Amino acid sequence: MNRTNILIGIRFVLLILAQVLIFNDLNFYGFINPMVYIMFLFWYPIKENRVVFLLVCFLLGLSIDMFSDTTAIHAAATVSIAYFRGPMMRFVFGINYEFQSFRLAQASMVQQLTFLTLLILTHHTIFFTLEIFSFAHASLIMKKVMLTGIGTLVLCFLLRNLFSRDKE
Amino acid sequence: MQRIIDFILRYRTFILFLFLLSLSLMLTVRSHSFHRSKFFNSANWVSGIVYNSRDNITSYFKLKEENSLLLEENNKLRHLLFNRNFSDSVALDSAEVGYEVLAARIIKNSYANSENYLTINKGSAHGVSQDMGVITSTGILGIVEHSTKNYAAIQSVLNTNSNINAKIKNTNHFGSLTWNTDHFDVVQLEDIPRLVTLTVGDTIITGAMSSIFPEGIPIGVVNDFKLETSASFYTINVGLFNDMTNLSTAYVITNLSKPEIEELESNILDEQD
Repeated sequence: MNRTNILIGIRFVLLILAQVLIFNDLNFYGFINPMVYIMFLFWYPIKENRVVFLLVCFLLGLSIDMFSDTTAIHAAATVSIAYFRGPMMRFVFGINYEFQSFRLAQASMVQQLTFLTLLILTHHTIFFTLEIFSFAHASLIMKKVMLTGIGTLVLCFLLRNLFSRDKE
Repeated sequence: MQRIIDFILRYRTFILFLFLLSLSLMLTVRSHSFHRSKFFNSANWVSGIVYNSRDNITSYFKLKEENSLLLEENNKLRHLLFNRNFSDSVALDSAEVGYEVLAARIIKNSYANSENYLTINKGSAHGVSQDMGVITSTGILGIVEHSTKNYAAIQSVLNTNSNINAKIKNTNHFGSLTWNTDHFDVVQLEDIPRLVTLTVGDTIITGAMSSIFPEGIPIGVVNDFKLETSASFYTINVGLFNDMTNLSTAYVITNLSKPEIEELESNILDEQD
């Protein structure tokens, strides 16, 4: 049990509590509930054991599901972005990210934002498609993905700035 | 054999991903029927404890509002009590009592999803079980979906799976109450035949066709209605009496004659087979 693992554990619990106690009840404009727990995937160490990472993310999604009565929709969406996180990082940060010394804080603000946007967009598309479960409501799905996505992005960005470890 | 193991080892992340994804999809698809999975709802002890401790804190901020609601309800009940024309002893006779009521606190509420659920702090230890009706002092709330020892998950009327028998007050025209996810204060009443004369502002109450709710619990008023020229049924938008965004207490209704009704209905089904 080293320091990183303890930090990940604390982050896991705190993000779940923040999500279910605060952000699930936000209901901004009647339906916008930002899903800030996506920050867990953003902050997770880059050199990860992918099997463990997938299992942890599944557990994270399932815990959120348990609290919000959404069966396993959060779990499905979270596991998907966990699997595609590697390719997304390669796309955003280029070949740099393969190097041992690469750290998230070294990437530019635009790159970090793009990475976050990709995570959120993929997650929300899967989530709302499964939640509404009918392509007859494609416009409703789009509307929810866009508006909730913007809400999530803004709050995640604020959280990123608030808890960033490398301050100038 | 060696090659199969090699293959599995090389693609273990992808296989695990597919496994976890299909697991969650399976749980989700299965739950799109009326009664959902038993394990993944907020009526378990972990979320129960978390939501209960939040309620312990936040309930203080609503005390004033709740007091005035209680006063209003007491007022209404006193009005009924003083205007009754039969004596107390008749109503308290056990043969006359058809329903029992249990008060509970709502510790978790949601109204922004397409399938909304509430959690209350009373469970099977207090006699709450599946398919009991839940109301507030102003109107209908939902049906108990699943209960654990100390908590119960309630399928809200704001749920696409919800289907509640309702009728127009002072008539016997009944239909079913559903929700189209558009507004959290408007539900839809379907299957009211076109020969009925409707006006905006008509009161909608629960019907007598189900053993879940007693007849006559207020639901809402007709906001607007549509009648296509070729359709034989109205599409009615009903504005709810309940403010679904601001709930704190609820009453769970037990229908004492429900086992008898269900036995009778299952007998009929058996005879048909």
